[in-house]
Amino acid sequence: MQEQISKEREIRLMKGNEALAEAAIRAGMHAYFGYPITPQSEILEYLTEQMPKRNFKVLQAESEVASINMIYGAAGAGARVMTTSSSPGISLMQEGLSYIASAELPCVVANVVRGGPGLGTIQPSQGDYFQAVKGGGHGDYRLIVLAPNSVQEMADFVFDGFRLAEKYRNPVMILTDGALGQMMEKVALPPEGSLEHVVPEWATVGKPKTREPNIITSLFIEPEKMQAVNIHLQKKYKTIEENEIRYEEYHTEDAEIILTAFGLSSRLCQKAVDLAREAGIKVGLLRPITLFPFPYQRISELAHDAKAFLTVEMNAGQMVEDVRLAVNGKKPVFFTGKMGGIIPSPEEILAKVEEMAANINNLTEVER
Amino acid sequence: MSTDVLTQELQQGFDCVYEKPDTLTDTRFHYCPGCGHGVAHRILMETIQELGIAEQTVGVAPVGCSVFAYHYMNIDMQEAAHGRACAVATGVKRVLPDRYVFTYQGDGDLAAIGTAETIHAVNRGENILIVFINNAIYGMTGGQMAPTTLAKMVTSTTPYGRETDWIGFPLKMTDLVAHLPGAYYVTRQAVHTPNAVRKAKKAIRNAFEYQKLNKGTCFVEIVSNCPSGWKMNPSDSNKWLEENMLPFYPLGDLKVPEKA
Ligand SMILES: Cc1ncc(C[n+]2csc(CCOP(=O)(O)OP(=O)(O)O)c2C)c(N)n1
Repeated sequence: MQEQISKEREIRLMKGNEALAEAAIRAGMHAYFGYPITPQSEILEYLTEQMPKRNFKVLQAESEVASINMIYGAAGAGARVMTTSSSPGISLMQEGLSYIASAELPCVVANVVRGGPGLGTIQPSQGDYFQAVKGGGHGDYRLIVLAPNSVQEMADFVFDGFRLAEKYRNPVMILTDGALGQMMEKVALPPEGSLEHVVPEWATVGKPKTREPNIITSLFIEPEKMQAVNIHLQKKYKTIEENEIRYEEYHTEDAEIILTAFGLSSRLCQKAVDLAREAGIKVGLLRPITLFPFPYQRISELAHDAKAFLTVEMNAGQMVEDVRLAVNGKKPVFFTGKMGGIIPSPEEILAKVEEMAANINNLTEVER
Repeated sequence: MSTDVLTQELQQGFDCVYEKPDTLTDTRFHYCPGCGHGVAHRILMETIQELGIAEQTVGVAPVGCSVFAYHYMNIDMQEAAHGRACAVATGVKRVLPDRYVFTYQGDGDLAAIGTAETIHAVNRGENILIVFINNAIYGMTGGQMAPTTLAKMVTSTTPYGRETDWIGFPLKMTDLVAHLPGAYYVTRQAVHTPNAVRKAKKAIRNAFEYQKLNKGTCFVEIVSNCPSGWKMNPSDSNKWLEENMLPFYPLGDLKVPEKA
């Protein structure tokens, strides 16, 4: 899973949140709007500290409602923009995200997820999968959702995020968690200015006499127009599904049991695969990197040869619903998870795998 | 005979002394007859034309009767979610600091659901113009109580009149923001008489000229009528405005720039 690190990259030891912030500056972000919330406040702190020395703007908004609408305004004006928050703050942004998706504005939003529901806990969680992947706000829309599992990817996915957001005129969410945000790892940062930006021709920058007004809106009061906009959006999401699915596999070739996990859980599962392999159990890991678009096809293929699936999440079982859709009853799909900010240990995952392996030809999903 | 033909015939043999500015499109206003929104749109866009700043101006109109402002205003525009115009305008202005940015908001938008965005934008001294149409009612959704609804005033959600003892009092947002250090120019105007229109237009012109100076927020309230929501004909509504709105929302400047 280690990627080739090119020579121009600068090696630093950083927290995930700082790496994400630094990457945003290097990716040519013009403006950031955000509001403090644990466990992601380092992003706003890092950016406010860097602003006088670098070429971008930061503003601490009065709320997440305000920050997402500042993003709407600035993105509509053609700027490359980002906001970040953690679960309760992301909930407050949902109306704005729906508007942004409908008006087709590019932006990156990172959710450094904490345990919920409610005010919950400041500990890491993956409880916002449904919100990120299935909509969250009102209406039929999709975010492109990227799920990093290392500090390196916290940085890299900002670049990928801006690239995808601008390519498809669509909001991109980086769905990470409090542990990835807070932990320190080695990170190789791409050089500043390595991501080109052109002001899009639809941006509201002031109307010259030579063109019609540019209008940023999500209001289409006639049903036929609203339907046409929806059809256009659905086509776009289809194109994204055709072109942008990303996942990683680890020892899936001969695996009888396939673990599926995203983000931090996938790191723990990788360790569990190593432990299980040492114990002679044929286990592999499929890790979706893009949660929308989701690798249904690949999971469906794996269901031919594998005997069972185990989805591991830091929630009550959310992505497992998509795994079940992909497996479509061909093989049993089990789930194990921890909630409330607790991280499952590789040993706990191994125990579950051993239990399954002991009975591998007689598993039924009822046991879940 | 269509009105367009009538206009053409009338123009023949007359000197045209009053024209539609290029900054307004040919689309007919959807506003109810006699509504202040139409006049407010016109003086705003005339001013932009007269100052020659149409190419450098970005407008933000949130949800409310004027959500379709971009059908009429022939400039780059953004539609904002209900209450969020000041945040959207902040986003625009922060990345395009050399453009003129204005919001055009109703009282429900600016003084209820968007109170926080309004106060904080002014408190930061965002270099924008906030045009605040106060018609004491929610026009778009059919005449419900607004934060600015007068005491005892009947609306569809205060069918017995606004009873301040349990519903609360009309909110004077303009007075509130005038106290904020970020506010540079705060004024309350109206558009119910030709004289008021002239003064309101002058206020809008001042505000755009001040925006060039980068000294803070300009806030222009326009006390307006809502004939449909108030269930009156246009002339009665203007009379009612004069007799009931203006004593509570007196016209004039609340904060003017200090002389250098
Ligand atoms: C989040 C949200 N809540 C409620 C509405 C419904 N709504 C649309 S306009 C409006 C009130 C508009 O009143 P005002 O801002 O005073 O403007 P006017 O229509 O009177 O010009 C409301 C409540 C909405 N669009 N969005």
